[in-house]
Amino acid sequence: MSKNKQTAGHKGAYSSQKKKEGEGRSCIRYRCGLTNTIQDVLNQRPGWVEVKDDGDWDFNWCDVGWLRENFDHSYMEEHVRISHFRNHYELTRKNLMVKNLKRYRKTLEREAGRLEASKCDFFPCTFVLPSEYHIFVEEFKRSPGSTWIMKPVARSQGKGIFLFRKLKDIIDWRKDGTRSEEQKDEAQVESYVAQRYIENPYLIAGRKFDLRVYVLVTSYIPLKAWLYRDGFARFSNTRFSLSSIDDQYVHLTNVAVQKTSPDYDPEKGCKWQMQQLRRYLTAKHGFETVQTLYKEIDNIFIRSLLSVQKTIINDKHCFELYGYDILLDQDLKPWLIEVNASPSLTASSQEDYDLKYRLLEDTLHIVDMEDRLTGKEKRVGGFDLMWNDGPVHTDVGLETLGSSCLVANTHLGCVNDRQKQLQQLLKPFPGQKRT
Amino acid sequence: MMDESAELSVSITQIVQRLKGTHLHSQLEKQAKECLHKPEIKLETLKDDVRRLLKASGWERKLQNAVYRELHILPPPGHPRAPPEHTKEPLAYMRKAQVNWEKRILKSLNSMCTELGIPLARKRPVPEQNELTNKWNEMGTDEPDLSKFRPVYAPKDFLEVFVGLKNPNNERSEDLTVRSHWGLIQVSLNGRDIPQMREMYPELGLTYGQLGIDDHTHVPPDLFESEHIHIGKKVVSEQDSAAAQQYSRQGCPTGLRAQLWSLILNTTNDPEAITHYEQLKARVIHHDLLVDNLIYKDVKLTASNDDYYFVFEDYLYQVLLCFSRDTAVLEHFNYNCASPPKSCMQSKSGSEQCAVVYPPNGVIPFHGFSMYVAPLCFLYNEPSKLYSVFREMYIRYFFRLHSVSSHPSGIVSLCLQFERLLQTHLPQLFYHLREIGAQPLRIAFKWIVRAFSGYLSTDQLLLLWDRILGYDSLEIVAVLAAAVFAFRAENLMEVTSLASAEAVLADLSTLKVMPLLQIFLFATSV
Repeated sequence: MSKNKQTAGHKGAYSSQKKKEGEGRSCIRYRCGLTNTIQDVLNQRPGWVEVKDDGDWDFNWCDVGWLRENFDHSYMEEHVRISHFRNHYELTRKNLMVKNLKRYRKTLEREAGRLEASKCDFFPCTFVLPSEYHIFVEEFKRSPGSTWIMKPVARSQGKGIFLFRKLKDIIDWRKDGTRSEEQKDEAQVESYVAQRYIENPYLIAGRKFDLRVYVLVTSYIPLKAWLYRDGFARFSNTRFSLSSIDDQYVHLTNVAVQKTSPDYDPEKGCKWQMQQLRRYLTAKHGFETVQTLYKEIDNIFIRSLLSVQKTIINDKHCFELYGYDILLDQDLKPWLIEVNASPSLTASSQEDYDLKYRLLEDTLHIVDMEDRLTGKEKRVGGFDLMWNDGPVHTDVGLETLGSSCLVANTHLGCVNDRQKQLQQLLKPFPGQKRT
Repeated sequence: MMDESAELSVSITQIVQRLKGTHLHSQLEKQAKECLHKPEIKLETLKDDVRRLLKASGWERKLQNAVYRELHILPPPGHPRAPPEHTKEPLAYMRKAQVNWEKRILKSLNSMCTELGIPLARKRPVPEQNELTNKWNEMGTDEPDLSKFRPVYAPKDFLEVFVGLKNPNNERSEDLTVRSHWGLIQVSLNGRDIPQMREMYPELGLTYGQLGIDDHTHVPPDLFESEHIHIGKKVVSEQDSAAAQQYSRQGCPTGLRAQLWSLILNTTNDPEAITHYEQLKARVIHHDLLVDNLIYKDVKLTASNDDYYFVFEDYLYQVLLCFSRDTAVLEHFNYNCASPPKSCMQSKSGSEQCAVVYPPNGVIPFHGFSMYVAPLCFLYNEPSKLYSVFREMYIRYFFRLHSVSSHPSGIVSLCLQFERLLQTHLPQLFYHLREIGAQPLRIAFKWIVRAFSGYLSTDQLLLLWDRILGYDSLEIVAVLAAAVFAFRAENLMEVTSLASAEAVLADLSTLKVMPLLQIFLFATSV
């Protein structure tokens, strides 16, 4: 399939931008720590220039390593933007997320009652090891025969994960001499979580899949979060069966793990676009059921962000693009698997590249270094404003609806006609004529 | 020629004959008997009362649907003295071409069989049977060695057959004039022009709402979509085949499509259908057929490589392997001008050879065949249901795409229709493409043979197939092919070779079919 690569415009003559707070900027200097799709997006954005190493920058798309080492020592002027929150790991490290979510749930139960608190039950029963080992064992014994999954807290791409059904499996694992020194060290510190494994995932043609959804947060206090319409479903290459819990290829759907599976054929896609999935589910279950499902998915994003709202250091320079991993079970209940602060931006195919390119372009539109937005927008490109210190509703005239119910402003898996929307919304880049 | 009323009574007789002894028949009898216990029944008005009760309980509707279905697959009417081949295909040269084609593919199949030393059919040893039973839901994980197998034929081989078709009664000069036909199909068959098609497909017109156009994001749903969905729900609850077919002309909502198509095709998932499927499955387990390898190869080459359909690989095997063994499919040869291929099988004693239909369903799969099934996997995931729907679609429509006939929905007519539309409405483009050696049909043929499956994005394909079902004709496929050329005409005028023309038309995944059809049919000046 040949698709036109996005050319956002030419780099015209740099007319001086309007002065902001006494500063004039003829171009936007960016730093980029990654060498994949984001590099292309930044490179092709009109008026943006890369600076290396020691130069001053207005925008930094950094990796978390750089952040850890440099954030605390950097002075950032008011207009400067950086692509991570200082302590994002409160949301993305599995043990901290569990802690924050449990605490939030307790607060909610106290303040608003059981029903409200039950809306946080999208997280499978999880315990942090070794600190919660004893309560874990209690729960484990209460549900004999159930399957659990052990995940390292800080690793990604499916490394170090395994399934177990018997307590002796973990005891064996701790004593296992074949694990590397690094892994053993980690086990001493709080770096594993044991989670109830979802044994009845929703299968399509016998295959398990999970969803990757993108959420952009530009501020925690007040909480402002955007949801991207595109995303994808990642399929496991092999057929699901509980009898083979040793076959990690079956149970893990991360593309990174799938790539090492002996069945993997890079020519075969193992992803479906979110639109495709939504259509499939609608054809199978009807419009209303799927509508409800997607509302519940929205709920996951909002609750998880609210649970860390007070913990994350809200720095106005920061924004963050999260990759949420969601799993559906056979009752069409969505479960949160994890949140990634650095979702993979490497493309596995042309289609994937185009999706990530659009996503990043629209992210930069929202960060709005060029100051083209009014701040009142509910939609920018493929992003819909999901939460703005409160739920956001679409501008649907009440007469068109049968009842006076408000409709949420999210459209995950719906048509993404961003080109048209952007044309109507945005003024052209400085120095660029409107085409 | 028989007059209309005589034709009608012949049809009625035929339908009654076919419905006699079916599951529906026995159920109706049972229901009627049960009615007799009801207090409302009076002896004096027995017949009317029973009828009334059957109507109220929905059984009359079921019978109506069954009759409606039979009408779809009724053999064409013919002179009582005409042999069946003549009724199925009146043109002698078409019949001859089909017979020759059949001989060729059968020869190809047999020689493959001899070359590879693999029997056409073989009973599986018990351990193999058990293994297959265990692996039934994941046959896609098998990686058999298929390198020795080649598809028996590919669409382009088939195209050459049509290109060579000539009506011996028609003398034509070789000169290319405005009045001659510029395309590859050089036979004259009747086809509709745009004004006639406007009458045939009024529901696609500019004044009717359509799914695929009027459900677009910027159109408020209460203009068309909400009402259309509401009507769709009613049609489904009424369980009326004919209504569903009419409804489908304006598109089926995603959430209702599976039920609507089922209704139109009258595929009920009753115990009879499930049992039938299980029997077919048992046949697959017991015997291995040579064509199974062709099916495996086709699925691996086409559907498994498709971004949308790779997930459904296992279902495709479950459907196609059973399909090959379904002798019920042979019924469609009553109205299909093709004849089922026969192979000589040695009898046990080795002394006699008898001709048996091979494969048992009479259909030799070709390269791309699995794409007829793949889109249906989106709608149905119970194998027996999926199977019933596919089989019905095959015996109503798809078979016409690979047999040589003069039927208006036959592939020859569709190709001719496509070329005529192009020549009439885009003469400059057609001429240009001819000159650079890029006959349009060479590019469009593969779309037509597959009814666009695998070329359009799934949602668009399903909208197209809605209309195939709605109008009970494949003609719309030819129109779409022409509309695609019209849409990309500007780019095509710039190309200078067949390869670059192919490149312009290589990716149809972004096309929206309904606007293209609507513009072509209703906004082209005539």
